[in-house]
Amino acid sequence: MRKAERLIKRTMPAVAGAAAAALLLAGCGGASVNQTAAAGGATGAPCGTVNVAMNAWVGYTADAAVYSYVAKNKLGCTVVQKDLNEQVSWQGFASGEVDLIMENWGHADLAKQYITDQKVAVDAGPTGNEGHIGWYVPPWMAEKYPDITDGQNLNKYASMFTTSESGGKGQVLDGDPAFVTNDEALVKNLNLDYKVVFAGSEAALIQSFRTAQQNKTPLLGYFYEPQWFLSEVPLKKVNLPKWTEGCDANPEKVACDYPTYKLNKIISKKLDDSGSPAAKLAKGFTWTNEDQNSVATDIQGGMTPEAAAKKWVDAHQSVVDGWLS
Amino acid sequence: MSALVQERATAQPTQAIASEPRRRPSRRTVLLVSAAVVWILGFLILNGTSTLALPASELTDLHRSLNQFNAWVAANRADNPVFLYIFTPLRSAVDAVANLFTTTFAATTTGLRLPEIGWLGTVALLTWIAFAVGNIRVALLTAAVFVFFGIQGLFVEATYTFALVLTSVLLTLLVGIPLGVLAGIYGRVARIITPVLDFMQTLPTFVYLAPLALVFLIGPASAVIATVIYAAPPVIRLTAHGIRRIPENTREASDSLGTTGLQRLITLQLPMARRTIVMGINQGTMAALSMVTIAALIAAPGLGQTVVRALQSLDVGTAVNAGLSIVLLAIVLDRVTTAASRRAEPGSARKRSASRKTRSIFLAVSLAVVLVMVQLSRTMLWAAAFPQDLNVGPAIVQAVNAASHWLQSNLSLFTVSLREGVTNGILNPFQSLLTDTPFYILVIVIALVAYALGGWKLAVLTTACLGVIIYLGLWSDSMVTLAGTLVATAVVMVLGIVFGVAMGRSSRIDQLMRPLLDAGQTMPSFVYLVPFLGLFGATRFTAIVAGIIYAAPVAIKITADGIAGISPTVVESAVASGSTPWQVITKVQLPMARQSLALAANQGLIYVLAMVVVGALVGAGGLGYDVVAGFVQSSIFGKGLAAGLAIVFLGIMLDRMTQAAAAAPARRIPSPVK
Repeated sequence: MRKAERLIKRTMPAVAGAAAAALLLAGCGGASVNQTAAAGGATGAPCGTVNVAMNAWVGYTADAAVYSYVAKNKLGCTVVQKDLNEQVSWQGFASGEVDLIMENWGHADLAKQYITDQKVAVDAGPTGNEGHIGWYVPPWMAEKYPDITDGQNLNKYASMFTTSESGGKGQVLDGDPAFVTNDEALVKNLNLDYKVVFAGSEAALIQSFRTAQQNKTPLLGYFYEPQWFLSEVPLKKVNLPKWTEGCDANPEKVACDYPTYKLNKIISKKLDDSGSPAAKLAKGFTWTNEDQNSVATDIQGGMTPEAAAKKWVDAHQSVVDGWLS
Repeated sequence: MSALVQERATAQPTQAIASEPRRRPSRRTVLLVSAAVVWILGFLILNGTSTLALPASELTDLHRSLNQFNAWVAANRADNPVFLYIFTPLRSAVDAVANLFTTTFAATTTGLRLPEIGWLGTVALLTWIAFAVGNIRVALLTAAVFVFFGIQGLFVEATYTFALVLTSVLLTLLVGIPLGVLAGIYGRVARIITPVLDFMQTLPTFVYLAPLALVFLIGPASAVIATVIYAAPPVIRLTAHGIRRIPENTREASDSLGTTGLQRLITLQLPMARRTIVMGINQGTMAALSMVTIAALIAAPGLGQTVVRALQSLDVGTAVNAGLSIVLLAIVLDRVTTAASRRAEPGSARKRSASRKTRSIFLAVSLAVVLVMVQLSRTMLWAAAFPQDLNVGPAIVQAVNAASHWLQSNLSLFTVSLREGVTNGILNPFQSLLTDTPFYILVIVIALVAYALGGWKLAVLTTACLGVIIYLGLWSDSMVTLAGTLVATAVVMVLGIVFGVAMGRSSRIDQLMRPLLDAGQTMPSFVYLVPFLGLFGATRFTAIVAGIIYAAPVAIKITADGIAGISPTVVESAVASGSTPWQVITKVQLPMARQSLALAANQGLIYVLAMVVVGALVGAGGLGYDVVAGFVQSSIFGKGLAAGLAIVFLGIMLDRMTQAAAAAPARRIPSPVK
């Protein structure tokens, strides 16, 4: 028993300490500088907390930065940004981890699951941006091989695009595996002598295209608009068989180009029901591709997203006021 | 058998099997050589047939039915009793605990998002705890490191990670220690638990994130549950080990005094096993840290998110800054728990008894100071939020980015040619040897090798594992992964032998290397990826390099211990008979350390395999890619789940084969060929 006593004696201070700390916390549980200082900043209706999913492309970051800046500084909201993959973000509506997706690309299946069936999310309307996905080549290739922009000629050039990663076939460079992509199915269903290789991220894709244009090396890759990089290097789109309604219904059988996406915002049902001004801002938010590109270019140039957002908001006061009224 | 013996002509005596007569190669050699011959002939003649390749966009019916499972869970979450009464309450309970710690130390969900007890209070409280469980030195280290997090501009992120680690470790102990005690006392429990723990430890970390997120949804709760699963095995094992290790006569002495089972547990077994249990806590904590970082992918807040974001934007500076925080946090957690385990040593209390009173007084006084600081943090903004003026994070990020740009532009010729050389020269040929050979030939080859290493039982087991992989529809991808894993393990073994022999032969090199290896092992796997991604781009080569770095320390250590463990008289007699150092190494030390080498290969393989999925984030193909893609694209969820299982079966197969190689030396297999 002596040993047990000693054990108790030794752990006593720790237990006592924890108890004292707990008491202290309980004692001044009410007002701390954390809560009181925040309450002062808000005007009008209380906003509360908005959890914004952050998907990994700069265009998205630009949308989310401007939204967060306005929500924080004009509405006094607490904005929590969470780095999440595109489709994983949707799961956050069910778990309460996510209140807002700023730039959604299609995802009819997820919309059905979370908006129609589970009723945990709500469509908050278009962002005003129109999205295009496709296969692109650097401009020097389009000049030298004018017929390369026709998808039917791709097999003719396949050998030019081989790399050590593509197993003897031509390489189609994709971005993040999380992005919307039918490329694996396209290669198979269009009988292309190509292999899809993932660069891993938007940044890696951009770097590859930039190097390809600089060194005049061949590259065929997945890319999309709106995208700030296209004003630096105007990539040329390769035309695949035209998109028709329903041609991409079965992801394994897709043999057509990507549709035009009306990019939209999705908010959680919880945020929508709360009547918070953050929900109103989310629904009101709309801007043009040029707006997004200007903010994205600033972020890419080394500005913090907050600073880039502030710059844009200061220059476009009337637009922002329009979202809030 | 005669057909096999005829191949003897091609059987080159590759290794020095000293005790075997040269004329008759052992049966194992014959089997291994014939396996190689079957493989090469199969590759040359039947190249490209029956490769079971499944295009990346295609699914099998099994994958589709697993996809259905995804939809089923989503549809039944609200009203299925299993979810209603087990999973959902469990999730909210874990969430509540995690929330308590994150709001205390990291950030509240409302208001200014400051920690409930401010940065000053957090630093003070944690320093005090480090002192209470450890000593003054680790307390100072804790204070310095946590203040440095603030200087890096990562205080909130680092404390988020710390709070989640704390939550996970507490829950792990809640589950692990009782299980460990049971396994230590009852042999039957141990026999049931051990294979489960084996299985859990071969599971690569990433594999259970997707299914867990499916059941428990994304967020800190899932992250904590995943971490508990990952961190529990070492805690359970070491607790059981500590209790079992108590000498029989001590137990009998206690029994003779008439103690009951519970009394014995409290007064004898737990106190005597305390040091080992605390070592288990140490191991569990390190495991928890590496998992919490990876759990960023299912919305666990903290440093992991910063690293993920940096990986996605190729921002080496930010990644290094966050990686530094992770390493520092690892060091603090390691040192504090090690100091706690020293303190827990039975003898240590008596040694310190002279100063115990002063220590208690000091603890009480410092606690009062801590409480004042906490109160200060709750009323003063400067003590609540870390001062922005002291933030040098952006400077660190810019400096590292400048250095990495310089390296990339000046070394790119070297890195690119190295990458292309290894990929085209070694990786691609070897991979096509695996992917282009018909699957049945490879199954025969692997079964033959397994039979040679561990008899028919092992052959049946490996064939069963391969059968499961074929059933999962992922044969070709598994072969891609196997190729990368084997190439990486081969390099790991080369490093293991070179550095292990050097360390085993010279205690000075050992002293120099060991802290480096320890540091390498405490670093969470995520951190390795970033610099290599910067240098080599997203390719299989990068993933292999990351795997090598992750696995090399353990292989080097085991080899070094094996070499150092050889009786010095044997080495001396070899030296006395005029052997050169080279001869001593190749003829005496390496053959005698054969079992350690096989064990090093075993551990190397398991470690490399654990990196396969993480490596997929930087360009590894195969199963790792399937898992990652299944996690982020709901239409191929089922395929990702199947790929996770395939990795497990590949792991079990490789583990058993290398264990058999380690256990049974060639000369002990009786040869029927007389």
